[in-house]
Order: sequence, then C-alpha cells, then structure tokens
Amino acid sequence: MATALTEIKVTPEIAAEHGVTAEEYARIQKILGRDPNITELGIFSVMWSEHCSYKSSKVHLKRLPTRGKLVVQGPGENAGVVDIGDGLVAAFKIESHNHPSYVEPFQGATTGVGGILRDIFTMGARPIAVLDSLRFGEITPNKNTSPEEAAKNRRILDGVIRGVGHYGNCFGVPTVGGEVSFEPCYSQNPLVNALALGIARKEEIFLAKAKGIGNPVIYVGAKTGRDGIHGASLLASAEFTEESQQKRPNVQVGDPFVEKLLLEACLEAMRTGAVVAIQDMGAAGLTCSTMEMASRGGTGIEIDLAKVPQRETGMTPYEIMLSESQERMLLVAERGREREVLDVFKKWGLDAVVVGAVTEGGLAVIKNHGAVAAQIPAHPLAEEGPVYNRPLTAPAPRAESDKDWFAFAPEKTNLTENFKKLLASPAIASKRWVTEQYDTSVRTNTLAGPGASDAAIVRIKESEKNGAMRALALATDGNGRWCQLNPKVGAMHAVAEAARNVATSGARPIAATNCLNFGSPEKPEVMWQFSQAIDGIGEACTALGTPITGGNVSFYNETLGKSIYPTPVIGILGILDDSSKALKIAFRNPGDVIVLLDGATDDRHSERSPRSEKSLFHAAAQEFSCTEYSKTIDGIVSGEPPAIDLAAEKRLIDCLVTLSAAATVQSAHDISDGGLAVSLAESCFAANGLGASGAFSEDASAEYTLFSERGARCIVSVSPTNLAAVLATARQYSVGAREIGHVTRDNALRIELKGHAAVDSPIDVLRDVWANSLERRLVSR
Amino acid sequence: MKFGVVVFPGSNCDHDAFYALGTILHKPVEFIWHQSQDLANCDAIILPGGFSYGDYLRTGAIARFSPVMKSVEKFANSGGMVLGICNGFQTLCEAGLLPGAMMRNSGLRFICRHVHIRVEQTDTPFTCAARRDQILKVPIAHSDGCYTADESDIADLEKNKQILFRYTTPDGSDDVAGNPNGSMHNIAGICNRERNVAGLMPHPERAVESALDSADGLVVFKSMIEALVGAAKATA
Repeated sequence: MATALTEIKVTPEIAAEHGVTAEEYARIQKILGRDPNITELGIFSVMWSEHCSYKSSKVHLKRLPTRGKLVVQGPGENAGVVDIGDGLVAAFKIESHNHPSYVEPFQGATTGVGGILRDIFTMGARPIAVLDSLRFGEITPNKNTSPEEAAKNRRILDGVIRGVGHYGNCFGVPTVGGEVSFEPCYSQNPLVNALALGIARKEEIFLAKAKGIGNPVIYVGAKTGRDGIHGASLLASAEFTEESQQKRPNVQVGDPFVEKLLLEACLEAMRTGAVVAIQDMGAAGLTCSTMEMASRGGTGIEIDLAKVPQRETGMTPYEIMLSESQERMLLVAERGREREVLDVFKKWGLDAVVVGAVTEGGLAVIKNHGAVAAQIPAHPLAEEGPVYNRPLTAPAPRAESDKDWFAFAPEKTNLTENFKKLLASPAIASKRWVTEQYDTSVRTNTLAGPGASDAAIVRIKESEKNGAMRALALATDGNGRWCQLNPKVGAMHAVAEAARNVATSGARPIAATNCLNFGSPEKPEVMWQFSQAIDGIGEACTALGTPITGGNVSFYNETLGKSIYPTPVIGILGILDDSSKALKIAFRNPGDVIVLLDGATDDRHSERSPRSEKSLFHAAAQEFSCTEYSKTIDGIVSGEPPAIDLAAEKRLIDCLVTLSAAATVQSAHDISDGGLAVSLAESCFAANGLGASGAFSEDASAEYTLFSERGARCIVSVSPTNLAAVLATARQYSVGAREIGHVTRDNALRIELKGHAAVDSPIDVLRDVWANSLERRLVSR
Repeated sequence: MKFGVVVFPGSNCDHDAFYALGTILHKPVEFIWHQSQDLANCDAIILPGGFSYGDYLRTGAIARFSPVMKSVEKFANSGGMVLGICNGFQTLCEAGLLPGAMMRNSGLRFICRHVHIRVEQTDTPFTCAARRDQILKVPIAHSDGCYTADESDIADLEKNKQILFRYTTPDGSDDVAGNPNGSMHNIAGICNRERNVAGLMPHPERAVESALDSADGLVVFKSMIEALVGAAKATA
C-alpha cells in the first residue's frame, strides 16, 4: 500500500489500493476540479469508506422510523437523545467493533467501548451504563468446530471479555448487561457491539456543528500516533482473508485512564459556556472530525497539522489525518474565551492546543507548517459521497421437509436429562463468569445488573423528587440463527424481545438503537438480508412505539468468502417512573401463583388460519427446529422462526407496564431462549431456596410446551391476594393469563404434563449445571 | 464534623463516597483535589476507589507521591482518621501508612460481586457501631485485592488485633469458599497500630441502601461519625 509521502503521484492504481473505485475516483476529480494529492486521496478514501459513509446502507436506512414525541435527536449525530422527563435527557447508541476484536481481541474490545463512551460524552452527557452484545464461535469442539478452532474461540472470548471489562472498570462506568451467544459462523468473525447510555440536562446537550467564523478549533486529549491508520477503511470496510492477522497495526490501542480524564475535562469545559461545538475523533480520526464539523455547520475550517500534539516524530500529513489514535476530541470554542477551555484541560493534565479556526466559505484547508497539504470542500466530501443502491437477490427457497425438522419425543418421556443439557449449553448457561469481570455497581445506580432482571436497570439520582427516583431500563437482543432463516421475521423478533425485556423489568419502552452486523454488501444475497431486516425492524419499531435514534452498520463481516448470520442487534431503552417498582426475575414467596401471560390470546399460531391437526404439528416441528433446544439436543438448525404477532407483543408490553405500576406482581421473566422451562428454572435460581411446580394439559408435544421460543409471553409470580387483580388487568389488555403452578419452598422444579413428570429435579442439581458450565468449558482445560 | 473525599485523576468511586456521606447520611463532605495540600479542615479523610493515575506501575504506586498524600500522611500521623477503600487501601499500603501489599487476585481476573465480611474488632473508629462477628454483605470490584504481607507483619496484625474485616461465607465460617481473591488469613480490611488509619478492599459506599441490595456498608460510616462525635465531646 502506498505510504504517506506527499510527493507520491496519485494514480488510479493507488486509488484502488485505497479501496476507491474508478467511479468514485472520477467523482473526487469532479469535486476538486483536479487530481487529488495523496493526503486528499487518503481523506476521501476514509470518508467514503463503507464504515464512515454508509454508502450501501443509506438508501435502506431511510425506511426506519426515527421520529417520536420523546426523540430530541435522531440519527446523524454522535448519539441519539430522548427526553426522559424533569428536564433530563438520555443519550444512547450502540456500535460495533467486530474486525478489530478478531485481529486483537483485547484492544479491539477496549477501543470499541472507548469509542461509544466518547460518542456519549461528546453530546454533553455523562455515561452511566454500558451493555455489550457479544457473539463468538463455538467454544466446545463438535462436529462443526475442531478442537483448535474451539481453543481459538475461547482465546478470543477471553480477550474480548477482559477488554470490555478493563475499559469500563477503569473508566468508572458500570457494565450492566448485554448478551453473549455462540454460533459456528462467528468463529472467524466475532461480533463485539457496545452500547453506552448517558444522561444530561436537556439544555446541556452539545452538537457537532462548527459555528462562528473565526472561532478557534482546539485539539484535546491524547497525542496522535501512527496507530489505527486506515482502521475505518481497510479494517472495517473489507472482508477478511488469511492475511488478516497482518492488519494488527490497523487496530487502535485504548487507554481508559486518559478517557476518564477526557470525560471529566470535557464536561467541565462545556460547563464554562465557552465551548461552541465538539466532536470526538473516532473512526477516521482528525479527518472525520474536521470535515463533519464543518459540513454540518455549513462553514469551512482551517487547521495546521504542525500544531497537533504528536507521539512520534516525522509523521506526514497523510498519517496525521488518518490516524485513529484514541481518546482525542476536536472542539470549537468561542473566540476570546479559549483560555478558559485550555485551562480546564490543563487542570486535568491533558494536551489542548488551538490548531486552527472556523472559516467562511465551506473549504477545509489542512496545512502543515503553513504549507497547504490538502484542500477539500467539506460539504461535498461529507454529504455528496457515493450512494449505492446495490442489487438484491432473495436466496433460493430452502427445500425442507419433516425429515429436516426436529422429531418430538414420544409422550410421557422424562425430559430432565435433556433439560440439564440445555441448561449447560453456552447460550443458556449463566454468564456469571463473564459478567463478574465487569464492574457492575460503580456509581451506585445499578438496581438490576446482569441477569437480575430481563433488562438492566439504572436509577437516575438527578431525578429525585420526594424520595422517589426515575430509572432507565435497557436491553439488547438479536437472534442471528433466526435472521439467517428469515431475516425479516428474525429482525422483528429482535425488536420485540428487547422491548419485552424492558417491559418485564417494569419499564415502558420508548426508543431504540440498532447495530446491523452483516456480510459483504457486494453480495446480492447479503443486501437482500439487509433490506429484509430493515423492513422488519421498521415495522416492529413502528408497532411498538420505539423509534430508532441511532446506531451503526457493520458490513463485510465475512472471512474467506463466508458471511456471518445476518445479525441485527437491537437495544431498547425504557423508562420507569418509580424506580422502586422495578421487576426482577427472582421468585419471592412460597405459595405465590405462577401465571403465564400470553399476548396472543387465542393460543398458538394466532396469525394463521385454522389448520388440520397434522399441519399444526408440522408447523410446530418447523418452528421448533430453530430453537436452542433443537440445536443443543439434536444439532438441528432449520425451519422457520416462530411467526411474530406485533399486536400481541404490544398488548403484553402494555399489560406488564400496568402490572409493574400497580405493584401487583412479585416477579416477571420473559420466555425466550430455551422456552418456558428455562424461564421457570431461572426464576428459581435467582431466588435462594425456592422451587416451583407446574402442570400442563396441552395436546402439543411436551418438548414444544416446555422449550418453544414463541414470543409475546412471560411468566409472573403473584401473591394469592393479588391474583384476581392481575387476571383482571390481563383481561383489560386482552392478554391471556393462565395459572400454571406455584412457587414452592421445597427446592425442586417439577413440571407435569397430563399427569406425568416431564421435568423433576432438585434445584441445586439444575443450578450447578447452569451456574458453572460456562466456567468449566472455559477454564478447566 | 466534615468529611473530605480525595479526588485523584482516575478516581471513580469518589462520587459514591460523597453520595453515601452527604445524601444518605446527611454529613458535610467535600472533594479534595490531588494537587492540593490543604485538607480543608476535614475531620476524616476518605481515599476512594478507582484507578488513580491509571494504576500504571502498580496500583496506588503513583498516587502515594501526589501532593495531597503529603498532607494525608501528616494528618494520619497526628491521629487524623483516614479510610482507604479499594484503590485507597492500595494507596495506603504503598504509602506505608498500612502494612502489607496487594497482589493480583488468585484467579488472575477482575472480580465484581457481593461478598461477605465479618467484623473482627469493634474498638476502632471504623467499626465501633458494629457488633463483633457481625456479617456484612458488600460488593468487591478489583483485580488486585490479594492481601499479602510477610510472616512477622501478619503475626503483628493478628497480635495487635489490627484485622478489622475478614472474608467469610454467608454463615460466618472461615472456609476458603468465602475468600474471593486469595488474601492471606482471609484479610479484607486492616487498621494501623494506632487504629486511626484503615483500609478495606470491599466497597461499603456501594452498600448503603436496600435498593442497592445491601445497606450493610453504612455501619462503617456510622462508626466514623460516632467516633467523631465522641471525640468532639471529649474535647468539649
């Protein structure tokens, strides 16, 4: 690849090495009215990379709902912002750091967390929580995964977990939730999606718009080095090959300590009133921050790179502009008040230097020791980049029949042993070993950390009024397996499950953020998956009243030509008006009635027309063949995800929010991965010393009843005195409510089907399998 | 009565200690910047948790050289009450105000979870409001919390009854299962021989309300308040 000497004459070949196509090169010539020099080419190549420009996704993203009563800032800024009442706003966003985390798991994960935290405090909001949605290859050898590959996946997982933990722990923000799951397709391409949430007073929100001709442009934070050059273009916007390990120098290195100082200094500087605009240097570093600030503000900008604090000597303009060194910010101050800003950064021991000024006319001029190194009109660069409407092709329909589907066990089979296997599977097993490596309680706001409730719950001390506080609930979800089988329905389930998780914690879902992890957009099948997923997300977010406020698209998640499962990850934010009403999953009292709430009142297949018993059985087998149970017990992954009924999801959500406000239920836990049996068991595990017994008399197979992952359902436990009230509330929302059993004090889980025990085991035995199997797989080797 | 919470660059439990003392216990409290040598007439100083100066080199190793620590040492040596929590405990060991040192956790990983500690001594300003053998549920959150000292230091700690808290199982036994990080003699917190300087790895400031799963940590701060009230009466 061409290095960074300005003397290098740019040719179409060098442009191609930068990932710039012939048409894109022609467009550059047109914008400039001449050939670019090498620095300008570098700037265009990163700004127009898939990662920064969204050139393949833009036409589809437009279909997402982004407006809502509470949305203060939608997509396009550093993070989405929503009104949470009492003059407070929440800023939140999810972002991927997949490729760096494969090449260098620890640093890739740390800088992923660091980047999303900067996005939040750049808006003027103090980060209060982080969630991580992680996907890895299989960590236990099996027919798809060799022992070497499993060992490598375990190493990647270890590095990522340490990285996520290290950054958040040191920065001082609690890592309160997220998910970890495993599929063979993530073996060469793990997914590391980090979500951060911050809060601010509404009037304190900052935007990244350069304003005020003559205002000084100030560089703050860590020094610029040669790390991360072309991270956005070559690492994030290209698929992997066998040589990917050589991309290690493209991975940035994070320093959470400097970021913590940067946070405190930025918030303090903002409070002086002398800061006009601020933008973090993330992907594409100084290039992106200068160009976007000028473009958004409709101004020009002029900086001199000689003034940029540098970690290494002899850096060229090309390297300085393209470096992705971490923990840096660019801000615009009010002219004449720069001293106030500089003093704050000095107090925190950080570099802060005036490097240039906002100018008239829209031209970005990059000088080096006074000589012009690059000269580009900012707005065309940032906003008139290429936009592709890439071809879409639906894959050939899968020819499947009963033979490819899960075969249900005969009636009266005792499923206890299978249930233990399911509880031990990495997807279902407790993630305690992972989440204990995260500081979950710093800042003393965490009301429900990982696993305590279906969503993470953090209270807002600033909202305190007469002893009561509001809280925010957050959940992330995404089922790649389902999206592979049906990207639209799978994506709808991701939205529905995240929203349901927020509602089972007692909070009202209000807004969403999305991280869209897909293969190469140059493949028509991948673009079809993407387009379908967008349709699904759009439909579900509209139906559930949770507009998309931001997020990120990660394409090129493939190695050696093989794409990952399409994996849209959805984060949903909810608000709980009274934090003391938060619902957790743990059963509370022996004798409480366990009620199954089902938004689809007329039971199974609510959307479908009446069918014969045989076709119902087929539909059940088809739907069941992509459950966690089917994968774990029989290694079958096929069929179609369960049909989704958004109206049913909405009814259940509204019902749960009302139940939590009325404080009539003792616990709530949704039914998702692993089905009803897993939900019952987890509610027992979370309660010390309690068990549960349940009885069913359905005609469906026992396995379907216990392990189906059909949506719009949850279990609540209710004291006998409140039962009538809960049933009345369910009726009011047209939500089905069935008493399925009781919380017991006898430390056992017993589920009977038509009078026969399908699952019967001491809780301690089940708990041991569930609580320790992940650690056993990862550590005792 | 006034508490001071020191803020090092990288402190991140400073606000939590401030909140526990100011909002929950309604006591005057202020932050003290690491570059200041003025302890603002505080009656008790808290060194909070976090990663002071990034914990580069060793945990607390740089913090001990900061300007504020000169004043803290003087304050401690003249009998002032100083409590170090987590990174603050590490800093007090580095500064030589408390004996011993902190090693990597025996599992070599950061651990954050609730643990149980048993109150061993109640004749100190940090435990006087507690019952002997009282079991407290408080969270830990650290990578380097394995308390280590040479044999004679440990013997002195035992002999002089300087061990204030030991890790324990929920029912109070000394079983190794209750020790999360491999600390010698299950040590979770100690004081100096004069009993005016103490450090502990668990975070009492994170266990001050039932909404946070435990309010057991309050007893540490209530002890300090009681001791300060007692001292004020004695001098009145």
